[in-house]
Amino acid sequence: MVSISCRRTIAKSVLAFVGGLAALVVAAAGPARALVEIDITQANIQPLPIAITDFGESGGDAEMGRQIADVVAADLQRSGLFKPIDRTAFIDKTGFDQQPNFASWRVINAQALVTGRVTRQPDGRLKAEFRLWDVFAGQQMTGQQYFTNPDNWRRIAHIISDAIYERLTGERGYFDTRIVFVDETGPKDARVRRLTIMDQDGANVRHLTNNPNEIIRNPRFSPSRQEITYVSQPIGETPRVYLLNIETGQREVVGDFPGMTFAPRFSPDGQRVVFSLQQGSNANIYMMDLRSRRTTRLTNTPSIDTSPSFSPDGRRIVFESDRGGSQQLYVMNIDGTGQNRISFGNGRYATPVWSPRGDMIAFTKQSGGRFSIGVMRPDGSGERILTEGFHNEGPTWSPNGRVLMFFRETPGASGGPQLWTVDLTGYNEQRVATPSFGSDPAWSPVLN
Amino acid sequence: MSTLTGFAPAGFAGLGRGLRVVAVLAVALTIAACAQNKAQQTADGNVTPGSAQDFVVNVGDRIFFETDSTSLTAVAQDTLNKQVQWLRVYPTYTVTVEGHADERGTRQYNLALGARRAQITRDYIVSQGIAPNRIRTISYGKERPVAVCNAESCWSQNRRAVTVLDNAPPS
Repeated sequence: MVSISCRRTIAKSVLAFVGGLAALVVAAAGPARALVEIDITQANIQPLPIAITDFGESGGDAEMGRQIADVVAADLQRSGLFKPIDRTAFIDKTGFDQQPNFASWRVINAQALVTGRVTRQPDGRLKAEFRLWDVFAGQQMTGQQYFTNPDNWRRIAHIISDAIYERLTGERGYFDTRIVFVDETGPKDARVRRLTIMDQDGANVRHLTNNPNEIIRNPRFSPSRQEITYVSQPIGETPRVYLLNIETGQREVVGDFPGMTFAPRFSPDGQRVVFSLQQGSNANIYMMDLRSRRTTRLTNTPSIDTSPSFSPDGRRIVFESDRGGSQQLYVMNIDGTGQNRISFGNGRYATPVWSPRGDMIAFTKQSGGRFSIGVMRPDGSGERILTEGFHNEGPTWSPNGRVLMFFRETPGASGGPQLWTVDLTGYNEQRVATPSFGSDPAWSPVLN
Repeated sequence: MSTLTGFAPAGFAGLGRGLRVVAVLAVALTIAACAQNKAQQTADGNVTPGSAQDFVVNVGDRIFFETDSTSLTAVAQDTLNKQVQWLRVYPTYTVTVEGHADERGTRQYNLALGARRAQITRDYIVSQGIAPNRIRTISYGKERPVAVCNAESCWSQNRRAVTVLDNAPPS
């Protein structure tokens, strides 16, 4: 029974938040010297062929077993790093408790193999087990078992996906996460915008507001709590930044300002919120400490300063300003000192977001009547455009800094925004399923 | 990360910026002309003087802006002068100036741009002698378009500041 630290973290965190969900390590077959690994620093990755068995065929709950295996396969496929093999090609029918017949998996060119089993416990809980095998080394790479309320079955699937992703790429997974976004329905000139939350794969959609006379903008997750900040504007009233506790539904306004407040974002420790305050013709950036409720003014220029985003170390803020004549990106210290422009390319730069890894800033760029999503280093060097077209806007990072989600508008009267993801390499564009139009996504931290 | 392949970050050439501005101006003037014709046609109809309908039809409740601009054009100033005269004649009204942007910008910036348009409109009306406490401003950014086609002819109608009477009696 060897349990390495990252696994223990998952176990602990799962226990803390799902309630009655526990993870144990299934006997690992010695220190695995893996032959199968994905080098995700390469640009055009060849997806790794992986066999994910139907967990329902190992006895236990057949229906639930198949569904969990399907969600795992879909997660891994969507990442662009894995290519799940069609199950009809599988030859080996060895049970979960036996060593797989590796030769028969090599025949169908599987490099990694996932086996699993899902059973109902006498107390009604679900027990989900899986093992990840290195087919060529003939060794188990990892294995775990989880107990949970059956309602949490999709989370168990995502946690298994994360464990597989982490073991094979060496980076943290991002499947056990959620997205908060603006759900948009109705005609373009009479849109209803609802604050909405869902799993990162589009499942479990839940509307957090449902008022046709309230415009919702800029929802953002707290990094440390089940809380989001967003902008609410009842028709006829001034837009204001709010905090909302997702669990309790409790909501409060941020600050007490006569003017419009907008573009909020949490600090990495979750203790502060930065946002813009409209003052006459200008927007300036303010920060509020959530404990003392004290607000500090960070910028003071006759311009539109907005879209502030903290660096992951909490020491700097990137934002956009038109102080130089057009929207450009600037970086400052969190006390407002040292404001320096970092974007100098041909076009307008907006909605900067600091990568969770700290080494990149993602942005929206407008140039030649087109809108693209790109990244640059925090000093403004190394700009790369990841996707370009009629209208792409508002990137948000996956918690491991590997994938960007954004919204893409289609033109015209019947057009509207939809959520998309793109890999940091610029490959693997994928649409994210939403019930109707969707915009302004924000990715949660990994659920703990 | 240094091994990632770059993806053509070089900017796109600015496509005939001067030409585009001229086109924008032409469209703005056309719209203004239409609005005036409409006002004259209906001025003979049954519009109660001092009503909200009177304000919309005979004065003009909205002004238009050029792309990413907050400057008041000559046509816009003309409309605002008429609004000022009307508000002097009917001093019991308070108004809300709504600032809007077209869809060809980012959400946060356009919210601030709409606020700036509303503020500049308000400042002009105040400079012409209307009491500041009769005017408040709101921005809707790009979230409340009136025209939805994918063309400058629609976007130019959405870049607007609309003066709305707060306490108009029901007609």
